[in-house]
Amino acid sequence: MSEGHAVPTADGDIREVVVIGSGPAGYTAAIYAARARLAPVVLEGSVTSGGALMNTTEVENYPGFPEGVLGPQLMEQMRAQAERFGAELVTDDAVTARLRGDVKEVVTGGGTTHRARSVILAMGSAYRELGLPDEKRLSGRGVSWCATCDGFFFRDRDIAVVGGGDTAMEEATFLSRFGRTVTVIHRRDALRASKVMQERAFADPKISFRWNSEVVAVHGTDTVTGVRLRDTVTGVESDLELAGLFVAIGHDPRVDLVRGQVDLDAEGYIAVRAPSTQTSLPGVFAAGDVVDHSYRQAITAAGTGCAAALDAERYLAALDDVTQHPAVAAEALAAAAAD
Amino acid sequence: MPVADITDSSFDADVLRSDRPVLVDFWAPWCGPCRQVSPIVEEIGAEYADRIKVVKMNTDENPRTAAAYGITGIPTLNVYSGGELVKSIVGARPKPALLKELADVIA
Repeated sequence: MSEGHAVPTADGDIREVVVIGSGPAGYTAAIYAARARLAPVVLEGSVTSGGALMNTTEVENYPGFPEGVLGPQLMEQMRAQAERFGAELVTDDAVTARLRGDVKEVVTGGGTTHRARSVILAMGSAYRELGLPDEKRLSGRGVSWCATCDGFFFRDRDIAVVGGGDTAMEEATFLSRFGRTVTVIHRRDALRASKVMQERAFADPKISFRWNSEVVAVHGTDTVTGVRLRDTVTGVESDLELAGLFVAIGHDPRVDLVRGQVDLDAEGYIAVRAPSTQTSLPGVFAAGDVVDHSYRQAITAAGTGCAAALDAERYLAALDDVTQHPAVAAEALAAAAAD
Repeated sequence: MPVADITDSSFDADVLRSDRPVLVDFWAPWCGPCRQVSPIVEEIGAEYADRIKVVKMNTDENPRTAAAYGITGIPTLNVYSGGELVKSIVGARPKPALLKELADVIA
């Protein structure tokens, strides 16, 4: 650990709680922890602050916004709310974490060591790649994971979106503003996107569908010129010419920071004692997409972020009772662990 | 000092004919990751001012240069030296990762 480079402000201080991550889960945890006077430090991430919603456009299903709200705007408001109640926001990455023991340590990319009695893990998830040899090489040369960032460059070009979920439909619908055509490539014969997103895509005259199809190769020397598709039923291969390939085939939890320390579930997400947010380590809680492989919504992330802050608050209160009333505290800790 | 904005028409003078290597931050206002990486690029520009010049170009207002260099994803950080494109970094990265990628230019 690079403690030699530690910046004095955070060095030596033992805080109540460090929150790692700044999506809806991280900021909601920060709001609740700050209002509980726990003075949380939030490690927002140097280029990922605001989380997945920063790359979206309109969010129409977050309660309280009947006209919808832009993803980045929603995140700026959550951030401002956390800041208003005294959360310390640090725009840096957590690069190493030592989560065992009474005092946890998290070191940032800038070399600051943050110490705290509890940690809330809210690192979210990262987009999944197709895993094809030419995908990385042509990334930023026609292969993209961010329609709102890159759609503009494909004005009047042929575009494809790979995937069948809400993200894929949102991207396809957004890209139809720019592209000449938008082809949705999906390996099954039905979408798993919500009904409203499906209906919108089906109604869009620029969007067509290639069902039961998977991408097996990306063509192009300097920029993408097309893809090779394989029919998942017949095995027949065919080429599709296009200039832009947007990949929206799902996400994987960002667990590298804590691998080997907290238990993961069979699918690689952080395991918690649901409905609590308690991980396998005392004083370590987890919330949002790094835990959730079934709902994956901004509102469910915010909900579990809230729960994590409340769980941390209870845990810290029980720790304080240990010093003052050992017997009562032992009972409370046992109850918290059993939740 | 904030990073200077360049345009399609100033690209030749500001970048291609610069006597120092130039890092161009291609961005647009609607791109979230661009807003996140820009402050990092600005820091690098200030810290390594003697080795590299850092400028930014709004691709929304200046589509010609981006098109000429085949840019279809932003943020893209291109490094030009002696009028030639010598390095292209696509996508936002944390500062240590960027410094590593730029090592041969700023070392």
